[in-house]
Amino acid sequence: MATLHSAPRFTMIDGLKSALSEALGDHLLGAHAEHGELLLTVKRDSVEDVLRMLRDEHKYQQLMEIAGVDYPSRAERFEVVYMLLSLTTNSRIMVKCSASEDTPVPTVTTLWPNAGWLEREVFDMYGVLFAGNSDLRRILTDYGFEGHPFRKDFPLTGYHELRYSEDEKRVVYEPVELAQDLRQFDFMSPWEGADYVLPGDEKADTSPVDEPKTTEKPSDTGAGAKTDKQASEKVTAGAPAEKDGGEEAPAPKPTEDQPARPKRKGKTSDTAEATEPKKKRAPAKRKPAAAKKDPK
Amino acid sequence: MSHAMHLEESPTTGDEVITNYTINFGPQHPAAHGVLRMVMELDGEIIERVDPHVGLLHRGTEKLIEHKTYLQALPYFDRLDYCSPLAQEYSYVLAIEKLLNVQVPERAQYLRVLFAELTRICNHMLNIGAHVMDVGAMTPNLWVFELREDCLNFFERASGARMHSAWFRPGGVHQDVPEKLLVDIGNWIDTRLPELFGDAMSLVLDNRIFKQRNVDIAVVSKDDAVAWGFSGPMIRAAGIPWDLRKSQPYDVYDRMEFDIPVGTNSDCYDRFVVRVKEVYESAKIMKQCLAQMPGGPICSDDRKVSPPKRAEMKQSMEALIHHFKLYTEGFHVPAGEVYVATESPKGEFGVYLVSDGSNKPYRCKIRPTAFSHLQAMDFMSKGHMLPDATAILGAIDVVFGECDR
Repeated sequence: MATLHSAPRFTMIDGLKSALSEALGDHLLGAHAEHGELLLTVKRDSVEDVLRMLRDEHKYQQLMEIAGVDYPSRAERFEVVYMLLSLTTNSRIMVKCSASEDTPVPTVTTLWPNAGWLEREVFDMYGVLFAGNSDLRRILTDYGFEGHPFRKDFPLTGYHELRYSEDEKRVVYEPVELAQDLRQFDFMSPWEGADYVLPGDEKADTSPVDEPKTTEKPSDTGAGAKTDKQASEKVTAGAPAEKDGGEEAPAPKPTEDQPARPKRKGKTSDTAEATEPKKKRAPAKRKPAAAKKDPK
Repeated sequence: MSHAMHLEESPTTGDEVITNYTINFGPQHPAAHGVLRMVMELDGEIIERVDPHVGLLHRGTEKLIEHKTYLQALPYFDRLDYCSPLAQEYSYVLAIEKLLNVQVPERAQYLRVLFAELTRICNHMLNIGAHVMDVGAMTPNLWVFELREDCLNFFERASGARMHSAWFRPGGVHQDVPEKLLVDIGNWIDTRLPELFGDAMSLVLDNRIFKQRNVDIAVVSKDDAVAWGFSGPMIRAAGIPWDLRKSQPYDVYDRMEFDIPVGTNSDCYDRFVVRVKEVYESAKIMKQCLAQMPGGPICSDDRKVSPPKRAEMKQSMEALIHHFKLYTEGFHVPAGEVYVATESPKGEFGVYLVSDGSNKPYRCKIRPTAFSHLQAMDFMSKGHMLPDATAILGAIDVVFGECDR
């Protein structure tokens, strides 16, 4: 596919994928290039060795980022992704491994000093353990926080909220109480994303019959001999228009008397007066201005 | 806020026993540039150890983004590094465009480069002013804030918002700019910026006190800068000419001619000067953008990504449907994962975007520039005096909206 986008154009080294696959050998679980990025999946236990090899032999000098991702449906639910940058060959690659809550990933603080905080962040947010990191404290969440907030099963609202209590003169922690549910709209069209059967859709699955059923004779209705006999009798009653004489018939007489309108009360001249503007009343005597209170 | 750490015999004080003590720098300290708490162990006035505690401004942006459509997540990026909002949006829209493989019209590319550089100037105005104020000078800050105000006015005229513009969109920009704005920006670069900025810098750059406070403070070797994952002005001050705009150009940066200022001594003064020089380089890029900018559309014509014009919606049923679908369901992004990093004013700002093919990002990891730099705070300030910590912090150019996310 031709590249149409204008995202950063780093050097795509020819044959990098095969060269790195060969160099990593048994450590490698898979390598694929997509969207112009090379992604290497390696065994968890050999992360440190792989990254050391990439740093020392393949010139990926900088570790820019470690990202955690959570896929709850997998057996090892977490992915730890390392973004490497080469300043000399101007190339980027991503290396990832999987982990679960109780399978620690070897630390890379031995290779890059800045991995310390990056690993702390992944631990804080996902609970992935890093074996060998001597300072695996929480980093972004509150002091004394429990849980790992970026896991997919952690609610967006969290469990605790805090406020300053005027009574106790300190910040207090309370369970989250929402006045209104968090508004999450499912914008997927029913015919694209729905995972339930729409009413009526169950009919779509039954296979069509070979011969379509038609009703041409009264006996085809399948309503029984008695009904067939009734249906075959000639209808003698004419249509109402035929009986009354068609369009020439006079309009029907009113069936009941029109109720008489009650007589208007008073004279008709009263109404004319009622629509006219009222006569002005005689102006009231004004108080002298000095005695008036300030309108404010 | 001090308490005894451990007793230590000193060779200089005879029988007197000096104790190291621990102090809290921040989280409410004007020189902490936000909410940074640094637990410092001091030997007299010498810093022995620094343990920065970050995360006081952690808002869970990445988690929030997972619950929003791609377009709804965009404004969160303005609120990360609130000193350079458009530079953060840049990485995000490029990451989406990379997954979608959508073409951006030329005018939009020029507009994005123009405003990304304006953002850089805007950001450096804040940092330069704050840095000189941290080491004791008041006047230059007031002057460069005038310029920052001008930048914010330009943002307002382009997007309607002074800071949180949300103006870069997947496929281009949100609105075209008025012609007069481009003229005014051109005039501003030619007259007001060099005048005011030059005046302000003439007070600082050769100032004896400023040099005493910054030269030879927090010297970082080239090897250390690489190992600690430095980027942006921090790595350039170490003498490594590394600039993503040059080495991994995006949009039309490959058509721009500009230089990469590098430092020689890798101290706080060099970091400051690199930023000062970068302002002039940014102005150079902006002038080239203004000269080369073609006319034409400002957003992709792929109706499955960018919404139609309002006038078109009044006539075309299809346009109306597209508009409705884009602003409710949003667009779907093909499954895959990319890491896109751009040169934000503070360094490499990256977005690792994982898509599962739906209309919401499955995961959006943001690579803050400050994380690596602040982590090096401990080894950079070791052996320096307490007041040097503010100079080091000022030269890192840290903003906590971005660091804590």
